[in-house]
Amino acid sequence: MNRSNVTGQRLAAIFLLGCVLFNYPVLSLFNTSGAIFGIPLLYVYVFGAWSLLIGLLALVIERRRP
Amino acid sequence: MLQGWVIVAVSFAYLGLLFAIAYYGDKRADAGRSIIANPTIYALSLAVYCTTWTFYGSVGRAASSGIGFLPIYLGPTLMVALWWFVMLKIIRISKANRITSIADFVASRYGKSQVLGGLVTVIAVVGIVPYISLQLKAISNSFTILLNYPDIVMPATAAAQPLSQDSALYIALILAMFTILFGTRHLDATERHEGMVAAIAFESVVKLLAFLAVGAFVTFGIYDGFGDIFARSEAVPDLKALMTFADTGSGYGTWWSLTVVSMLSIMLLPRQFQIAVVENVDEGHLRRAVWLFPLYLFLINIFVLPIALGGLLHFPDGTVDADTFVLTLPMVERQEALALLVFIGGLSAATGMVIVEAIALSTMICNDLVMPVLLRLRRLRLNERHDLSGLLLSIRRWAIVAVLLLGYSYFRAAGEAYALVGIGLISFAAVAQFAPAIFGGIYWKGGTRDGAVAGLMAGFLVWAYTLLLPSFAKSDWLPSEFLRDGLLGVALLRPQQLFGLSGLDEISHSLFWSMLANIGCYVGVSLRGRPSVDEASHATLFVDVFRRGGGAERSRLWRGSAHVGDLVPLIGRFLGPVRAQAAFAGYARSRGLGSIDELTADARLVSYAETLLAGAIGGASARAMVASAVKEEPLGLDEVMDILDEASQVRAYSRELEQKSRELEAATAELRAANERLTELDRMKDDFISTVTHELRTPLTSIRSFSEILLDEADLPVDERMKFLSIIVKEAERLTRLINQVLDMAKIESGNAEWQTAELDLREIIEESVAATSSLFGEKQIELTLDLPAGLPPVLADHDRLIQVMLNLLSNAVKFSPPKTGRVRVSLSRSDGDLRVDVHDNGPDISAADQAIIFERFRQVGDTLTGKPPGTGLGLPISRRIIEHFGGRLWVTSAPGEGVLFSFTLPQAPTGSAGRREARTIA
Repeated sequence: MNRSNVTGQRLAAIFLLGCVLFNYPVLSLFNTSGAIFGIPLLYVYVFGAWSLLIGLLALVIERRRP
Repeated sequence: MLQGWVIVAVSFAYLGLLFAIAYYGDKRADAGRSIIANPTIYALSLAVYCTTWTFYGSVGRAASSGIGFLPIYLGPTLMVALWWFVMLKIIRISKANRITSIADFVASRYGKSQVLGGLVTVIAVVGIVPYISLQLKAISNSFTILLNYPDIVMPATAAAQPLSQDSALYIALILAMFTILFGTRHLDATERHEGMVAAIAFESVVKLLAFLAVGAFVTFGIYDGFGDIFARSEAVPDLKALMTFADTGSGYGTWWSLTVVSMLSIMLLPRQFQIAVVENVDEGHLRRAVWLFPLYLFLINIFVLPIALGGLLHFPDGTVDADTFVLTLPMVERQEALALLVFIGGLSAATGMVIVEAIALSTMICNDLVMPVLLRLRRLRLNERHDLSGLLLSIRRWAIVAVLLLGYSYFRAAGEAYALVGIGLISFAAVAQFAPAIFGGIYWKGGTRDGAVAGLMAGFLVWAYTLLLPSFAKSDWLPSEFLRDGLLGVALLRPQQLFGLSGLDEISHSLFWSMLANIGCYVGVSLRGRPSVDEASHATLFVDVFRRGGGAERSRLWRGSAHVGDLVPLIGRFLGPVRAQAAFAGYARSRGLGSIDELTADARLVSYAETLLAGAIGGASARAMVASAVKEEPLGLDEVMDILDEASQVRAYSRELEQKSRELEAATAELRAANERLTELDRMKDDFISTVTHELRTPLTSIRSFSEILLDEADLPVDERMKFLSIIVKEAERLTRLINQVLDMAKIESGNAEWQTAELDLREIIEESVAATSSLFGEKQIELTLDLPAGLPPVLADHDRLIQVMLNLLSNAVKFSPPKTGRVRVSLSRSDGDLRVDVHDNGPDISAADQAIIFERFRQVGDTLTGKPPGTGLGLPISRRIIEHFGGRLWVTSAPGEGVLFSFTLPQAPTGSAGRREARTIA
């Protein structure tokens, strides 16, 4: 299996992860009135999960190719 | 003070700067040192996705639905993760086929269908018009608001103003002019605009910086950081509700349907297709875009919520439109420069979108709508004109003006009823209609032209009915009863509760019905019919694009004749004669030829000409034009079927041949085996005959010699005579026995023996045989022990034959056991459903080699020098055949010093009487 194929599979996995993170059951867990550092929990979660996804994408794409 | 002329001057200066960048970009591109051949520039140019919708509208959306503005950016983030597969494939296909727009893509996939290209163009234009009107509305509003600085005055509704005083009209015209300058200065065969891409990338930076600046100002200048804004908002009950999802049921549904629709839009919007696919320089640039583009989206959205909440806190009475917070917040704080920067940022967002969208649409309108029609109108005699490139350019220029004016009309007709985001979503839902035809087209070979036409048509009509018409009705452009009571007063046809479906927001509602109709028709119609030859060949080109080496193979299915002399002028008419000459000369060089004259007009050259032309006028038109110049002999379905038939016949033949040769081999092997067996049998027959003759001669010789003695010597004493006579009798008996056995053997072997099968008790058979041979045992004083348990099941066999076997075994045992010390043991037992008889003696053992031989005819074991043991040598072979005839086995085991054990088994009778079976159970 070549390298590009592995990257593709990792990206597809990130896509699926994102679909779960930004969808109903998981999202509703954070749909409460709590706050972290004064920022509403839902906002923190959505932006946090978003930056996590971007970080994973960058990690997968920019890893040194052997 | 911000005077009107300052704003206008700054705006034009900014546009001038953009143009300078574009000009520089084009110059560099012409010099072969592209400035956009850079993955970061590519990712930034993709951010043309962020329009004034993002710049102004997101804040407005956030002010009404909190975090509900975000799915529009989460969708693309998810989608780019799949670009590795999907976008790469689309880019690869587009490069191989010189595809210049999304309409071209769809048309090419389904057999270069002009109908399909036109349909996609119409959908794209109608669908994108609201989106363009959104940009006009945003610029016009922000301009008007800024003009009134420092007062915050909301602009009057556009419809209330006379046409001549409506700034949006002038903005539309200026943008049109600007777009024409950018996109249609000259005609390019590849439809690529490097300078424009550079300008778009620059604009992306400007709008991001402007938005970050205003965001930072609101968050840290007006308020004291994020925590402060959120804490103050918590205190207001109305704002507190924005911190979480609406508790109403459709909250998550809307969220997800917006995510999906934006996932599709990021690939299918004409401007995204233009930037991501057509303007792509190197598919390796996708790599960085996969994470850089989402990062851009992330950054431009960080401050949306603080600005929205800050604006709501600042203007609690609702007099200021939330769509303008980005501009009005700096204004109330008297930040002139920041307000101007915001305006420029908004202008960037709008111009970027309008330029790319209008160029993409004008290409589609020209190549897929106008040119096919013009080329068909014979009285225009277009085919005879020498240079059409000027005509192409002017069609595009007029198309750009028309698109912008259409956008302006929509703005005046319906623009006021919606917030910015609402207008944009209508366009998103429209371009989502391309999804089945495109994604189906690149992964499913079965999709047909008719299916794509039906799906697009159905989806488009449902979209228009459930989203576009209601947007007109909401602006009183259509009677509002249409919305409330449905078409013709039929409640089931209410456009936003179609067939009674309620509980969904209008976008999800429209998306559901239009996608259902679209996918249903696409799949259904595709499956009903069969793709034509042309469709099938293009389907393979698209779906299997990764499998083929390059574009060289694409014209395999083409036959015809052409002349280079026809092709070059044809291309020249569209590209200009000089460029056409240059292109063909380049092609000739690439094939290792000296000049154009040496080119042969083969299928590859025709295909090259077609791709060249496709860049200028679209695939469908190019196919039509080239077909007019070359004498193409269309490859009919029948011919293809013939080719296929031939191929499959050849394959069937070769498979048959293979089969035959395999059969032959098997037959040969069988024959060889049979031959070997025959030779062996022949040898055995010879052996047999010589043995039989030999065996017969021995007793005959002795009978003859004794008879001769008796005849010659008449005076022999009586006792001598009696002795000789008894020898003669004995030898005669032996002869008879031998002949009987030979006959017996022959009968059994030929299958002519008579068998009288009956249920027999083996114990009785053994006892009978023992009784018959008891005298032999007595003579040699051999001890005989019997182990015959009672109650064993019967066997099916012939009584006399079985006795014959037992007699043979018993007499053999007697024969070979030493006199006086000999011991023979006969036992009967059951084993594995068979009955087994063992005859064990303590005579000399039989070596392993001899154990096989003794069952051959006339083969006796023993030293031939010391004399043969008595017997005919046929007993054991006959016995074995008898036992085998009844389904049993006869064999011998022998170990040194342990004597010899003959055993045979017979299967027990399958149907025994009840009594016997009972007895068996008891036993």
